[in-house]
Amino acid sequence: MAAAGLVGLAIVLAFLVAPEDADQGISQRIFYFHVPIALTAYACFGWGAWKALRLLWTREERYDLESYVGVHMGTIFGALTLATGSIWAKASWGKWWVWDSNQLVLFLVLFLFYSAYFMLRFSIDEGPRRANVSAVYALFGVALIPVSFFAIRLAEDFIHPTTFTRDGPQMTGTMFLAFCVSWLAMSVLAYALYRVELLGKRLDANLRELREALT
Amino acid sequence: MTGYLADVAALARKDLRLELRARDTLPAMLLFVLSTLVVFHFALPTGADEVAAQGLLWVALVFTALLGLARAWAPEREGGALEGLVLAPSDRSAIWLGKSAAVFLFLVAIEVVALPAFSVFFSPLDGSAVLGVLLANIGICTVGTLLAAMAAASRTRELILPLLFLPLAIPLVVGGVGAGVSSEPARYLTFLGLYDAVFAILCWASFEYVVAE
Repeated sequence: MAAAGLVGLAIVLAFLVAPEDADQGISQRIFYFHVPIALTAYACFGWGAWKALRLLWTREERYDLESYVGVHMGTIFGALTLATGSIWAKASWGKWWVWDSNQLVLFLVLFLFYSAYFMLRFSIDEGPRRANVSAVYALFGVALIPVSFFAIRLAEDFIHPTTFTRDGPQMTGTMFLAFCVSWLAMSVLAYALYRVELLGKRLDANLRELREALT
Repeated sequence: MTGYLADVAALARKDLRLELRARDTLPAMLLFVLSTLVVFHFALPTGADEVAAQGLLWVALVFTALLGLARAWAPEREGGALEGLVLAPSDRSAIWLGKSAAVFLFLVAIEVVALPAFSVFFSPLDGSAVLGVLLANIGICTVGTLLAAMAAASRTRELILPLLFLPLAIPLVVGGVGAGVSSEPARYLTFLGLYDAVFAILCWASFEYVVAE
């Protein structure tokens, strides 16, 4: 409920309250969703990796599911980042995909990486082995984020950069407010979805256990 | 410490001896890398510059490494030897380090042929490009060996390894290509060294969890 309310408030702020960007017009408003979604995706990946570390550390089974759900949310928000980024690119530069946006390229790499996480996870039989392997792979993810970030920065030098930059005028007060509310809304939304999925998955596991006990 | 290194050396020696006797991975990798170079000659239209060929060299190297990595744990799996190694009274990370060392030597053996062949077919390579290849080798074999162990635990095995490996190999390709084509290769070589250090430590610390139940 809180998540839905905040998302609604963020939409109102982003579209009605925040002033129009002089340079980019209406398309700039997607910034209020694109960037908070991207930050939330990072947070989810980080959360998933933290739970993975806890699993390897304490060997408590429940962290496996928590780590998986965290990564799952991260991947969903990562895909949303790619979609919103692509729409933004189309609106402001006329192309659906630009290699010049480091953030987008990074998210593409991460999206591929975490898609492989699911392939890996679902091709190992359930048990401690699967939990361990998934956890180690999730930990590789957080190491990959900064490393890829630097790599993409470095690659700019020999993959010819074009001249436009994203640094426009600084954000005004209301713009910053809309941005922060949207960020908060996305984080709360991610957390709510995380709780719901975790609850569902736990119920499912309990139900299966029960059914096995009965038969 | 000496005991640990002795374990690593013994495990690497075992892999090299197996390869010398059976000869089933190295010749395949060698033929593969040479065939790819020939394919690239036809894939590059006339007028494509030498820099493009440098990039393709990395495609060839990464895919050849994948070919070798897919087979990296095959002897252990077929003989059921991994369980034995895991139970042996030595540090489990020694298994990973030994295998990585063997894969590294395989890669170097391939490149001793592939890099001169590339120089002859396309354009000569300078010292920093070769150093870039060597540094990237370390990253490829450390990360690749661990991912191959993960893939060996799954049902899809060889199918899943490229999916796991390629996103992690992108920074290595960036560093390697940069070291070859950039006018200031030191930044790229430092980056490769950093990548190697970060992931080697991560692999070293986490390998135990991949093989143990």
